[in-house]
Amino acid sequence: MDTPSERFTLAHGSGGELSNQLLEGSVFKLLHNEFLQKRHDGAVFELSGRLAFTTDSYVVSPLFFPGGNIGDLAVNGTVNDLAMCGAIPKYLSLSFILEEGFSKEEFTTILSTIRKAADAAGVLVVTGDTKVVERGKGDKLFINTSGIGKVHPKAAIDADNIKIGDKIIISGPVASHGMAIMSVRQGLEFESQIESDTVCVHKQVLELLDEFGTDIHFLRDPTRGGVATVLNELARQTQLGMAIAEQQIPVDAQVQAACEMLGLDPLYVANEGIFIALVDAGVSENVLKTLHKATSKQLAAIIGTVVAEHPGQVVMQTEIGGRRVVPMPSGEQLPRIC
Amino acid sequence: MKYLNEYRDASVVKKLLSELGSIVTKPWMLMEVCGGQTHSLVKNGVLNMLPDKITMVHGPGCPVCVTPVSMIDQAVALSKRNDVLLCSFGDMVRVPGSSKSLMQARSEGGHLQIVYSPLDAVKLAADNPQKEVVFFAVGFETTAPANALAVLQAAKLGLSNFSILVSHVLVPPAMEAILDDRFNTIHGFLGAGHVCSVMGMQEYHPLAAKYKVPIVITGFEPVDLLQGILMAVRQLEAGNATLENQYARVVRETGNLEAQAVIQEVFEVADREWRGIGIIPQSGYKVREKYRQYDAEQKYTEGIAPSLPHADVGCIAGEILRGIKKPAQCPHFRKTCTPLNPLGAPMVSTEGACAAYYHFSQAYESAVSPI
Repeated sequence: MDTPSERFTLAHGSGGELSNQLLEGSVFKLLHNEFLQKRHDGAVFELSGRLAFTTDSYVVSPLFFPGGNIGDLAVNGTVNDLAMCGAIPKYLSLSFILEEGFSKEEFTTILSTIRKAADAAGVLVVTGDTKVVERGKGDKLFINTSGIGKVHPKAAIDADNIKIGDKIIISGPVASHGMAIMSVRQGLEFESQIESDTVCVHKQVLELLDEFGTDIHFLRDPTRGGVATVLNELARQTQLGMAIAEQQIPVDAQVQAACEMLGLDPLYVANEGIFIALVDAGVSENVLKTLHKATSKQLAAIIGTVVAEHPGQVVMQTEIGGRRVVPMPSGEQLPRIC
Repeated sequence: MKYLNEYRDASVVKKLLSELGSIVTKPWMLMEVCGGQTHSLVKNGVLNMLPDKITMVHGPGCPVCVTPVSMIDQAVALSKRNDVLLCSFGDMVRVPGSSKSLMQARSEGGHLQIVYSPLDAVKLAADNPQKEVVFFAVGFETTAPANALAVLQAAKLGLSNFSILVSHVLVPPAMEAILDDRFNTIHGFLGAGHVCSVMGMQEYHPLAAKYKVPIVITGFEPVDLLQGILMAVRQLEAGNATLENQYARVVRETGNLEAQAVIQEVFEVADREWRGIGIIPQSGYKVREKYRQYDAEQKYTEGIAPSLPHADVGCIAGEILRGIKKPAQCPHFRKTCTPLNPLGAPMVSTEGACAAYYHFSQAYESAVSPI
């Protein structure tokens, strides 16, 4: 039964007794560690050497989707952003903005997920904040996480290091996360459920850095805007051309079918558990082997090459052997009428 | 997917292209009628692969492109009423009206919901009896059956809070308007496969005969399109002008009789305004008198501007949609008119000729191998 005490009220964010109950009863209990235990305004720790620091906000709707929930994203997203800097993730901050009326049970589930994802990634949540906003002023729950990590000693991840001839590698099939969210959001039912691939990728990245060091020139996770957006950003930033082959881009058959039905292009759909690596051509085949060892599905693929031609543009050889520009998207992808 | 992959087979494409190259002797201009075909031609890079003698002209079959400004203004006005929830297909919401799009109206407090099916809108009406749900029923003969079905479903459920704002248009009158145009340069048509899957082929035999123009009803995959082009060029080279059906796996001579019956029940043929073209007589549908309570235009007469024809400032949509000009021949293309700031509708939907060109066929220097 749904009783008022099972839902958040403004008082839970006011700093009084109910705030305290919320922190003691769920947040501290579920995320328990030596830093949080201090219950201080911030976390104090030692880290030396080159560090990476990042932040991201999570506003996904629905909060729960096949393959995960907003808690997975809040941890994995920030951990992956650190990994893309070539860093070993260490500590996270965690802030909640709750909407008045949000279910405590769902909140507890999300907290447990955060704990599980943080453990899997080997990071600690060391500081945080909780606010409650009036009903109608939020969308159930927003999360912000920031993360800090130690940069791998061999890492030199920098767009300036991208050069002509570099191979463009993708670590797994595209568009699974975005289509999982879309299928729930639109109430679409497919024969088998599409699951989000949300997962932390830093272990794969660290393995690549151990083995190939500075031959890994650049890393980026193609989240919002998908693979097409990342490649366009890189093309513009480096003023080099990105030449890709449609045939080489791994897409799960179910995801591809869902994209066809909705008139969406998988290259623009969001991802969570994959990354794009631009690597020296000489090591590209070995990078692929290492990535294949790390995952059971072995779907990592070389999808293209950095070229001198068409600077600032991404050009794709289509499945049928034609060519076209893959443009920067001009807004959110909208499903077509027919 | 296995039913699609065989129509995207690179070796079949190669064979068709070589056959096409070997039979074409004169320059031909072909129009693909449907926006879905335009989208596929550019997305798959087919346009750059065709023999130089064949020019594809992009027809008027993009539903969001031809929906008139006055109808969008009405939809915007309705979405601003506090009692109304306006439901629309996704790509309609970015199309500019005379002052704003539905998307912009939403950012100013308009009540807009993107749906995938008109039946979703009926469900929203059933679930929210305090709201007046209005579905923006646009499109060609392809979307008409589902929109008509939504009205029948609402009637069956006894809903009094559901209606449709209709801007339905028909393909054959538009083709006729293009062929009657004194600037017409089109030698042959790729007919709109999905429209014909609903309506059948009967309407097109007389068109081919009257205007002495080959019409090949064609599908949407690269192999479909190339087969359609090949069939049309073969006719042209032989001096024939008949109706052929490339898309036989989907299109039957009589079409889908059940779908036609549903359309007939709810809609009747009426004059319609086409964006950039103007009013074409007997070129669309309106809701029959019997179902007037589900017709948003009849239901909401207050505070809504009457439908007056409207010309987009600077946009040459009419010439684009009739195939008289290519997007790059417009002085605003890629300059003051972009998908982020469209001056007219063909720049909005990826089925629109201008957006398709903008997105997929920007100039690039030389072809290099990606792998």
